[in-house]
Amino acid sequence: MASSNAPSNVLSLLWRNKESRGVIIQIITMVIVFGLLAVIARNVVINLEAVGKEFSFDFLFWPAGYDIGFSPFIEYTNKSTHFMSGVVGLLNTLLIAFWGCILATILGFIIGIMRLSSNWLVSRVSYIFVEFVRNVPVLIHILAIYAIVVTILPSTKQAISLGGDLFFLSNRGFYIPAPIFESGAGWVGIVLLISIGLVIAFKRWAKRIQDNTGTIYPVFWISLAILTVLPSLALVAMGTPISWDIPALKGFNFQGGMAVKPEFIALWLGLSYYTAAFIAEIVRAGILAVSDGQTEAAHALGVRPNRTLQLIIVPQALRIIVPPLCSQYLNLTKNSSLAIAIGYMDITATLGGISLMQTGKEMETMLIVMGIYLIISLLISSFMNWFNSRIKLTER
Amino acid sequence: MKQKTTAVLSAAALVLGFAGTTQAGTLEDVQSQGVLRCVVSTGIAGFAQPDASGVWKGFDIDFCRATAAAVLGDANKIEAVTSTGKTRFTKLNAGEGDVLWRNTTITFSRDVGVKLRFHGVNYYDGQGFMVKKSLGVNSASELDGASVCIQTGTTTELNLADYFSSNGMKYEPVTIETNDEARQNYESGRCDVYTTDASGLASTRSALPNPGDHMVLPEIISKEPLGPATRHGDDQWSDIVTWVLNATITAEELGVTMANVDQMKSSNNPEVLRLLGVDGSQGQELGLSNDWAYQIIKQVGNYGEIFERNIGVDTPLGIARGLNALWTEGGLIYSPPFR
Amino acid sequence: MTKSFNPQSYEPGTHPDLPPPAITTGLIGWIKTNLFSSPLNTALTLISIWFLWQILPSSFHWLFTGAVWSAVDRKECWAMMDAPRDGACWAFIRGSLELFLYGWYPEPERWRVNITFFLFGAAVFGALRENIPGKKYWLMFAAVFPFLAAWLLFGGFGLEPVATSKLGGILLTLVVAVTGISFSLPLGIALALGRRSRLPVLRAICVIFIEFIRGVPLITLLFVASTMLTYFLPPGSSFDLLIRVLIMVTLFAAAYIAEVVRGGLQGLASGQYEAADALGLTYWQSHRLIILPQALKISIPGIVNTFIGSYKDSVLVLIIGMMDILGLGRARLNDPDWLGLAPELYIFISLFFFVSCFAMSRYSLSLEKKLETGHQS
Repeated sequence: MASSNAPSNVLSLLWRNKESRGVIIQIITMVIVFGLLAVIARNVVINLEAVGKEFSFDFLFWPAGYDIGFSPFIEYTNKSTHFMSGVVGLLNTLLIAFWGCILATILGFIIGIMRLSSNWLVSRVSYIFVEFVRNVPVLIHILAIYAIVVTILPSTKQAISLGGDLFFLSNRGFYIPAPIFESGAGWVGIVLLISIGLVIAFKRWAKRIQDNTGTIYPVFWISLAILTVLPSLALVAMGTPISWDIPALKGFNFQGGMAVKPEFIALWLGLSYYTAAFIAEIVRAGILAVSDGQTEAAHALGVRPNRTLQLIIVPQALRIIVPPLCSQYLNLTKNSSLAIAIGYMDITATLGGISLMQTGKEMETMLIVMGIYLIISLLISSFMNWFNSRIKLTER
Repeated sequence: MKQKTTAVLSAAALVLGFAGTTQAGTLEDVQSQGVLRCVVSTGIAGFAQPDASGVWKGFDIDFCRATAAAVLGDANKIEAVTSTGKTRFTKLNAGEGDVLWRNTTITFSRDVGVKLRFHGVNYYDGQGFMVKKSLGVNSASELDGASVCIQTGTTTELNLADYFSSNGMKYEPVTIETNDEARQNYESGRCDVYTTDASGLASTRSALPNPGDHMVLPEIISKEPLGPATRHGDDQWSDIVTWVLNATITAEELGVTMANVDQMKSSNNPEVLRLLGVDGSQGQELGLSNDWAYQIIKQVGNYGEIFERNIGVDTPLGIARGLNALWTEGGLIYSPPFR
Repeated sequence: MTKSFNPQSYEPGTHPDLPPPAITTGLIGWIKTNLFSSPLNTALTLISIWFLWQILPSSFHWLFTGAVWSAVDRKECWAMMDAPRDGACWAFIRGSLELFLYGWYPEPERWRVNITFFLFGAAVFGALRENIPGKKYWLMFAAVFPFLAAWLLFGGFGLEPVATSKLGGILLTLVVAVTGISFSLPLGIALALGRRSRLPVLRAICVIFIEFIRGVPLITLLFVASTMLTYFLPPGSSFDLLIRVLIMVTLFAAAYIAEVVRGGLQGLASGQYEAADALGLTYWQSHRLIILPQALKISIPGIVNTFIGSYKDSVLVLIIGMMDILGLGRARLNDPDWLGLAPELYIFISLFFFVSCFAMSRYSLSLEKKLETGHQS
């Protein structure tokens, strides 16, 4: 009797003790989770075998066989591998995410400030815009913008010519002259890099002077002067080694120059203004959260209104704005996968779309695509965390 | 552990009122469901497309209805499982549909690699090009530098890449997920050319505001035999789908139509009698009722009727029979004999 | 008496308040202070007026006065206008309205959908209204509603079974959204508690799960549901695509809810935790009675925002070929009789989402205001 009771007593004792109960719960959780994973792994193996598929990443080095219409960075043909098509897709995803975040931030700040405008009409119009945009799914925005871009802009033959036949706008894209670098262009590039370095050094120096003596230099204008004058001098000195490849209509399409494709434009605009509507609300909330006393105190100290905004309000508002801004950047990046609906060739459309279809490797392609999004998300959030901690340091 | 997961999952499924499907015995499954689930496209004019009240119509749909007539005795007991080019095979393989009637090209890799069974050809197609007449292009070899609209997840993009690179031409691919998006792009001039199977071109052309302003170029750059598919591993079901298709073709060969099928029951031709189940027991051998083919023809019609009703010259699509005429009339449509 | 001769002089403190000058009150005053207070404001006002003038009259004409409400096809529609495409052809939407609402739900069984919609309205009303008698029962009803709706919609237990593939249009959109919303809340709370647990293994699992889901786009999860999930199941078994999609949508929303709730838990003063401990309450008692009620109250605006997001995200199911309102609408765009009517369709769908999401966000805003005053008092 006693011997049969002993183990259950020990168990109930262990259960009553907070520490050991924690250990028991964790062991059970681990067994369940790993058990589930093991079952899934086993099922995957059996199921793949049943359909005669093999789990391997060899397909990445098979020729892809399809063409990609938009590959601005690297050379890609249908003889390239699935791996390369994935790289093209990744670069396109990063491209749209980068430009999307920039435009969304600019638009978001403008609209957010417009929402706070003392002008009734302006704040109303921006309020209606924000409410309409953020209450309609982003996919509909993207589809609608794409339909508008493609149907309203003229076809290539009737392309709108801007700047004396240098720029062309049609529903095949926005064509701009592309620079061709000749020998000597490298030196101009080096001078440009040097002047950027000079500007950074000058800014640091000006800040130190300001901290120590209070003297304020017109940093912006001096920087602008450094950035324009030095490279132009170098350009003239090297005998203008840069010429321009100007787009011209030949046959069906414009040849030469650089093109911004309508798929990119639609996705970029759609994602940007959708995200901007959210950023506007964040900016508004951030500025409103800085108490009026701050403004009044600044005015009492004799700080001019625009300097008040720049030196007092924005730095404090930023601390509230940045964390939610970060999650908006993440959302924009993830929403860029909707590219697939309008044929912008991002990573979901190339590797997760056509390659998946042509090779039948659902498992492998989806794992890679999800892994890549995870890495991008982690990079963005760690960058924003770094930025956040930087602006936090200004708190004293 | 495995049993536990299964139990949990099936409990979850039961709560919402349906159970998992099994791979074997598709015929029994279909008969017990009382409805045939066909994997079809999300909308291609003339082939499969819902009307305002949601009723699916089209060439592929009629073959689905023929299958339902044979299996369930009622052509209306169908359910359209919509799929994109990308999801169609997974839907079939996952058991979400019983048969795939969806403009699907038979290829080696799909037959062997994706593990499907194909059952003959219900439409001989080939990839072609459509352009606006105003472009002044008369041949695909003049398309160097053009922008080409393609639908993704198809064999089309591979054929296109091969064709242009083997002819030393360049092009800008504009890859689109769905047919309506492709049409919008072609119509607005985003692309010069729309390429897909010739049947799809005819369908898209018919749907344009002025079909007369557009032309399909003479070049056909690929062989695209379209046909139904089922999962591996159910021979009885495969036989049924194969012979449903053959029955419609044989009926046309023998002159059995929707209108005259009742008179034909008293025909002198022994093959007609076998087809209509008056003689022999072919239906039972398939696991169906003996009048299965009679039901197909009575309710849906023969191959020619299905063709003409949905995509023939008198429809907006206006496709001539061409390769899809009977072998006796210079086409490729041919059925093994019913004996 | 002298006062009557000289009305301008008053004893100190007896001067009556005069009305402000006419220029600063009424309509004129309002316009002056709100629209033309500075040169910049004047310019902005003029630009806005010009902008609205460009957009509003022509939009109004296209949407209403020039629109055609009934016709058999687009040609008839356009023939009735001054010029083709001069107005919207709402006849297209009207003709397909039932399809858009019910999808392929069998005609004789549609009363079940209507009842479901009605009960849905009741559940939402009951769960959201603050001062309603029997609030507890309303909440219980809202919690039971998803199961009730599942029974009504899919049948079984006495009702004719209806296959999930019969669902389409707005009905499918709502099913996806409501399921995601109602099941993600409990799951999200559990994940949030797990993430704050003192047990490292539990915490790690929750963190990995939440961060994984939040790190990938919903489309990839839907692709997983449509292409990969069957490989995870025991051989030979499979379950319905709709359920697979619902699981993914729920997991996706739950990860976001978890972060919102975690914010609420962190926002709670640590004194609350200490007080609960000091009273000798167990983990579950303290959470049930003290922590969660307060934390959830703080998180309500965030939760509603997540709901709105998950509602809007439900349109993504069209990318895996499901016929929700957008997918079905696009399939209808292929109808030869009604080609080229994409603007009408997109406006209709946008309006549908706008109305429902705007209502939700207004609700969340009013709650936010209510809670804000609660904190200061």
